[in-house]
Amino acid sequence: MKILVAVKRVVDYNVKVRPKADGSDVDIDNAKKAINPFCEIAVEEAVRLKEKGIASEIVVVSMGTKQSQEQIRTAMALGADRGILVETDVELQPLAVSKCLQKLVEKENPELVILGKQSIDGDNNQTGQMLGALTGMPQGTFASEVAIADGKVAVTREIDGGLQTVSLSLPAIVTTDLRLNEPRYATLPNIMKAKKKPLETISPDDLGVAVEPRVKTLKVEPPATREAGVKVGSVAELVEKLKNEAKVI
Amino acid sequence: MVAPLLSERDLEFLLYELFDAEAMTQRARYCDHNRETFNAALQTARTVAEKFFLPIRQKVDSEQPTFDGKAVHMIPEIKTAVDAVIESGLASCTADYGLGGMQLPEVVANAVSAYLSAAGSTTLGYTSLTNANANLISAHGTAEQIEKWVVPMRDGRFAGTMAMTEPGAGSGLADLTTSAVKDENGHYRISGSKIFISGGDHELNDNIVHLVLARVKGAPQGVKGISLFIVPKFLVNDDGSLGEKNDVALAGLFHKMGGRGHTSTALSFGERDGAIGYLVGEENKGLSYMFHMMNEARILVGTMGAVTALTGYQYSLDYAKERPQGRLLAEKDPSSPPVSIIQHGDVRRMLLAQKAYAEGAYALCLLGAQLSDDEKTAETEAERKAAHTLLDFLTPIIKSWPSEYGPKANDLAIQVLGGHGYINEHPVEMFYRDNRLNPIHEGTTGIQSLDLLGRKVPMNQFAGYQACLSAMEETIAIAKQSEALAGFADDLSTSITTLKTTTETVLAATQSMTVDAAFCNSVSYLNLFGHVVVAWIWLKQGVVADAALSSSPHKSDEDFYKGKLQAMAFFFRHELPLTHHWATIISDLDTTHFDMQEAWF
Ligand SMILES: Cc1cc2nc3c(=O)[nH]c(=O)nc-3n(C[C@H](O)[C@H](O)[C@H](O)COP(=O)(O)OP(=O)(O)OC[C@H]3O[C@@H](n4cnc5c(N)ncnc54)[C@H](O)[C@@H]3O)c2cc1C
Repeated sequence: MKILVAVKRVVDYNVKVRPKADGSDVDIDNAKKAINPFCEIAVEEAVRLKEKGIASEIVVVSMGTKQSQEQIRTAMALGADRGILVETDVELQPLAVSKCLQKLVEKENPELVILGKQSIDGDNNQTGQMLGALTGMPQGTFASEVAIADGKVAVTREIDGGLQTVSLSLPAIVTTDLRLNEPRYATLPNIMKAKKKPLETISPDDLGVAVEPRVKTLKVEPPATREAGVKVGSVAELVEKLKNEAKVI
Repeated sequence: MVAPLLSERDLEFLLYELFDAEAMTQRARYCDHNRETFNAALQTARTVAEKFFLPIRQKVDSEQPTFDGKAVHMIPEIKTAVDAVIESGLASCTADYGLGGMQLPEVVANAVSAYLSAAGSTTLGYTSLTNANANLISAHGTAEQIEKWVVPMRDGRFAGTMAMTEPGAGSGLADLTTSAVKDENGHYRISGSKIFISGGDHELNDNIVHLVLARVKGAPQGVKGISLFIVPKFLVNDDGSLGEKNDVALAGLFHKMGGRGHTSTALSFGERDGAIGYLVGEENKGLSYMFHMMNEARILVGTMGAVTALTGYQYSLDYAKERPQGRLLAEKDPSSPPVSIIQHGDVRRMLLAQKAYAEGAYALCLLGAQLSDDEKTAETEAERKAAHTLLDFLTPIIKSWPSEYGPKANDLAIQVLGGHGYINEHPVEMFYRDNRLNPIHEGTTGIQSLDLLGRKVPMNQFAGYQACLSAMEETIAIAKQSEALAGFADDLSTSITTLKTTTETVLAATQSMTVDAAFCNSVSYLNLFGHVVVAWIWLKQGVVADAALSSSPHKSDEDFYKGKLQAMAFFFRHELPLTHHWATIISDLDTTHFDMQEAWF
């Protein structure tokens, strides 16, 4: 079974992101970048399926700038077999990404596509679902458990109020939630081996996809800073303040 | 937010801006590498440090290993952490690809280990000693010894130690008494007691390879009669399988002020008929082979001193930004909110002093790592020789300065936290205890100071000394071209002049007084030289920061480079002038303490 895994280059989760002074965008030019944590979970899941003998090949794909090669190589150091970069300097939005993925699915014919449920920069949570709509493949989103048997994949999903398990016919789409697995780290010998794995670069044009953004950012501003609280002397005072000042009870 | 273990930006500065680690990829050994592979290795180290070392750091400190008369017991988390270091490839990251290594340049490898060291220097001790042991056997052992001992150490099945110290021979190794007698099979039988042997016994690996200094029967007295032996805990059969237990017994464990996860052992060799040992190289040359390991170990000790200082600095910096307390003197309104303590002048002093000590010390260690690489892999024979000369000279300073000033930085980290720094809810008191070992092992500060003044300075017609002075002059010449740095360059020049006259005076004094009296201020001399060298290292950093600032960097980089220049300025204003005090004591040939009679105490 072939698995296609999508990974995104995003600002590292440790970085405290601030808006640019002119409010045009967030300022991440100089910030450390890393593989999106949910995508890392997607890679890990694919590698585990390969280790179990269920998957035979893992193709990792990223859409973005040339530097996204680094994240593809990270995924290959974790165990993916080969990489595809759809290179563009255009700011990519979920629809453009899912259209590229749709074309790649047509080309590669994977039986499973695993993606993160969202990326920690845009937080859109749309790409997997849009890919489902574009390809007509069934989707299991927010997966916390994935089990493959008899040509079907059972996906346990984290939903409000509990867990739901859906059974999807293959080929299918899975988007990962945080609890699906704990990703491994790249061992040093595997980092070197990843350098020798094939990495193909194509353009959105090659796929016949127009990636220009459809949504325009008007303004970015920091959240209002929280004001210092006050200490109340007694429960009575607290109730009084909640009633008359905060007017919440 | 939790404090970072280390400043990633600073590591990037040191590796790629100050030392140009990317240039190493021009050398054949490193040609498969690029900045991306270096960063990937750093990332793995950070992950392993945060996942396996950091969560157990306090437990490792509070639950020391115990010995029940049969075996050593320690918390199982240490084995999990050590295994992670081995399985990730971090344990032997400089080793050849063929041996499972990553062939990282030394300077990158040093930064990779820094993450582990910052998160748990004592847990790291097991694999770093093993690595140093394997390097020694690789350099001086036979092909057969390499196959038998190095290969399993590289892949993590065996651990390694260095067993030199004895109850009666610590600093004075010349007096060691462990003996070696050749038996009828041509093996040596080793008998004697060793103490303070780090990692001397544990169950973390299948076997432990001790490198033991001993005296072959009939060998000359003193250091010229010392030989080096491989003495395994378990004998190893020709097919590589483990044989019977060798005659090496654990006599007991020491309980330490810090570094508590790393067993410190008293070992008894030859309680029955003598432990079987295999000679490394030739008889009576053991100490020179051991120096191979010790020079490397000395850079490691300096590095541990520096890295523990770096992580304490990061911790106290984070705390100082968060902790509200008191008001600035100019604020008279008692209803105004308290400020974060980082606003107070004295707290800023303590933070900036830590930065100056820790980042200065660590840059010095990385210079040592770079030189130890150049010594082996530089393009030309002349470059390799030059690197060797400079490194050999600088080794006592690279070992001692970070060891002395690292704990001073940790002392300030405790002070920044006030009472909260003195209790074990914060790790800074542990950093101090861990770091306090560094001026003691691998040659005490006193021993290093004598090595510098008595050996390294005059050695080979002052070759190392001159090489060091020239390297500093080179930086001064560059710094003089910048308006912002010229004043600092002049200050360093003045200190070097003082250093030169002081050196001449103290060496000439051996003609007019006993050498013991003349050298009684050797530690002041080491301080003097150390401060001049670290000022030079800061000026080097200043040159890079100053140049970077002129090309209008991103705001976050601008802040970073300004911080570098401020720390440099602090070192020059607050620390470098101390050299004049030390120089005066030495040049006056002051013997106040030397003249103090035992009976007067
Ligand atoms: C935690 C720990 C781990 C260690 N790990 C190892 C290990 O793995 N393997 C190993 O072999 N050893 C190890 N050691 C031993 C360590 O190297 C010695 O403790 C050290 O060399 C000092 O020797 P000593 O303790 O006998 O002190 P001493 O040599 O007795 O020194 C006591 C004091 O006298 C001073 N002094 C001694 N001689 C002179 C002199 N000639 N001139 C001026 N001053 C002098 C010293 O500077 C020191 O201040 C370890 C020690 C510790 C505490």
